[in-house]
Amino acid sequence: MSQLLDARGLVRVYTARRGLLGRPARVRAVDGVSLRVKRGETLGIVGESGSGKSTLGRVLLGIDAAQKGTVHIDGAPMPAFGTPGWRALRARIQMVYQDPLAALDRRLSVAHQLREPLDIHHLGDGESRSARISEVMQSVGLRPDQAGKFPHELSGGQRQRVVIARALMTEPELLVCDEPVSALDVSIQAQVVNLLADLQRDRGLGMVFISHDLKVVRNLCDRVAVMYLGRIVEEGPAEAVFADPRHPYTQALISSVPQPGRAANSRIILQGEPPDPGNRPPGCAFHPRCPMAEDSCRRAIPETRAVGGARSAACHLVAPAALTEPA
Amino acid sequence: MDNLVEIRNLRVAFDGVPVLHGIDLDVAPGEALGLVGESGCGKSVTWLAALGLLPGKATVSGSVRLQGQDLATAPRRTLERVRGGRIAMIFQDPSSALNPVIRVGQQIIEALRLHRGLTGAAARAEALRLMDLVGIPDARNRFSLYTHEFSGGQAQRLMIAMALAGEPDLLIADEPTTALDATIQAQILDLLVTLRREMSMATVFISHDLAAVAQVCERVCVMYAGKIIEEGHVGQLFETPRHPYTRGLFDAIPTLSGPLRRLVPIPGTVPDPRELPPGCAFAPRCNRARAFCSQHRPELLPQPEGRQLACAFPVPITQDIVHRQEEYQ
Repeated sequence: MSQLLDARGLVRVYTARRGLLGRPARVRAVDGVSLRVKRGETLGIVGESGSGKSTLGRVLLGIDAAQKGTVHIDGAPMPAFGTPGWRALRARIQMVYQDPLAALDRRLSVAHQLREPLDIHHLGDGESRSARISEVMQSVGLRPDQAGKFPHELSGGQRQRVVIARALMTEPELLVCDEPVSALDVSIQAQVVNLLADLQRDRGLGMVFISHDLKVVRNLCDRVAVMYLGRIVEEGPAEAVFADPRHPYTQALISSVPQPGRAANSRIILQGEPPDPGNRPPGCAFHPRCPMAEDSCRRAIPETRAVGGARSAACHLVAPAALTEPA
Repeated sequence: MDNLVEIRNLRVAFDGVPVLHGIDLDVAPGEALGLVGESGCGKSVTWLAALGLLPGKATVSGSVRLQGQDLATAPRRTLERVRGGRIAMIFQDPSSALNPVIRVGQQIIEALRLHRGLTGAAARAEALRLMDLVGIPDARNRFSLYTHEFSGGQAQRLMIAMALAGEPDLLIADEPTTALDATIQAQILDLLVTLRREMSMATVFISHDLAAVAQVCERVCVMYAGKIIEEGHVGQLFETPRHPYTRGLFDAIPTLSGPLRRLVPIPGTVPDPRELPPGCAFAPRCNRARAFCSQHRPELLPQPEGRQLACAFPVPITQDIVHRQEEYQ
């Protein structure tokens, strides 16, 4: 099957200054990331703060230009940011943000915000635009009488529905969601997770779902990629990765999620601090916190290797596919 | 055993709008109690009110007794000795609770001077001991750094060190791990469990994360719209939640293991405190509600199996729940 999104070797380096008088440091926020998403497939991207997952989302949409690497949408290279070709493409790939209040315009009514993408992309005429607004509002579970409301008159869950509705207005093929349910209470979070699952299934959307919440990712995603300091350290079918994580970081990350009925002391508790993207350790970036690190881990950056079952991992200590799977 | 803290009929209103509707809550010495619920349910307000930390526009009534001493009517001087001394509180965002322009060591020394009268070398030695205790690596060399030179997880450790400075009998941790990354959250939860055990200090753990509460606490109160709606031992409550809201919270949370299932959201949203339904506040969202529920506000009543419950038609203990029990074991 053709890839809807095909990204290869993406690199995004920021120059950040440490303190007012500090020397500028180069931060490799995204450091050689390749990933693919098919139509109708949801790829989860998980990682802690500073792992580069949000930057990756922006690079995939072309909002933030990569210094190296390529992004192909449906086989065609992504046009440069701001060009007419890129603007036209943005109707087909849309983004859903974490904080709906910041993503919405407080002075515009719901209907007005939903109409804007249609105006910008010159889709339909007045009448069909109104019809499309009602249709999309209904599909995300907003009532018709809420069209005239302003963001502050809606609850958090309703606002996030508006953000999702706005992203759907242009009938996109790919949706990039950056922590779309993190700001919501659990009872509302479940409403939005189910909504995204339904929309994705009914419309055959490709979806990139960026989140730090492993439980939500497991529930929603077909495949998952785990990021650590700008790199994907493990990737594979979500069920397989969560049931049997191979990379020591993935193992610790999954183990760190509190689960009722499991004692706290049975968890892998990582020592040390979350990594500083501006001060990347040599070799495997995870080695200072890794309970299994060996000499080789301090020297060489591990390559991403296939480890069997459509999975890959970047770790010197995880045996490659040929060794783990008998022919 | 005498309770450390006894809260009776605690009510809070902001600008005349009631947000806390009569809370009765006991904390035994050395106990770990969890308070769970969604935003706006009154978990934090309960303790801010108990410690007299709410702004002037709040009207507070009811009684809060700390080993017999009523805090609600206590003079300011008494309250100031209790706060930080006998009851300490830590918050979600350590960077806004620590002073950015005072060196961290000095902040801990200040707490030691206020609550234990320590000064000079003794205070410094004790501050270093506390920093070691909460797991700040290389405390001696980092004593004179500022808060911005520490990561979020370490800032949270420093705040815990300050809270411990007064050797409190009760530590109130208000969403202490919510702003932290998963691997750091695990470290802090672990630290809270260890500290409570080693210092025999009671802990109230306020969180929206049921699973995190289960790891730290022995007893749990579930709050909804300014009331406690279910209270019981953590195992009992997690294995057989009986209030439809508690049950609903569990069904809404995705799991990290076991079979994949579609989430069951709780329909609707938390009611606006200004327009609270006349009967049970949860009735409009409840799949078990009957006409009775929209007229009568249920009381929190003791149940035969030991828990307390405020529901006229609770979830029965059925086969389905036995199944759930296995899932969590």
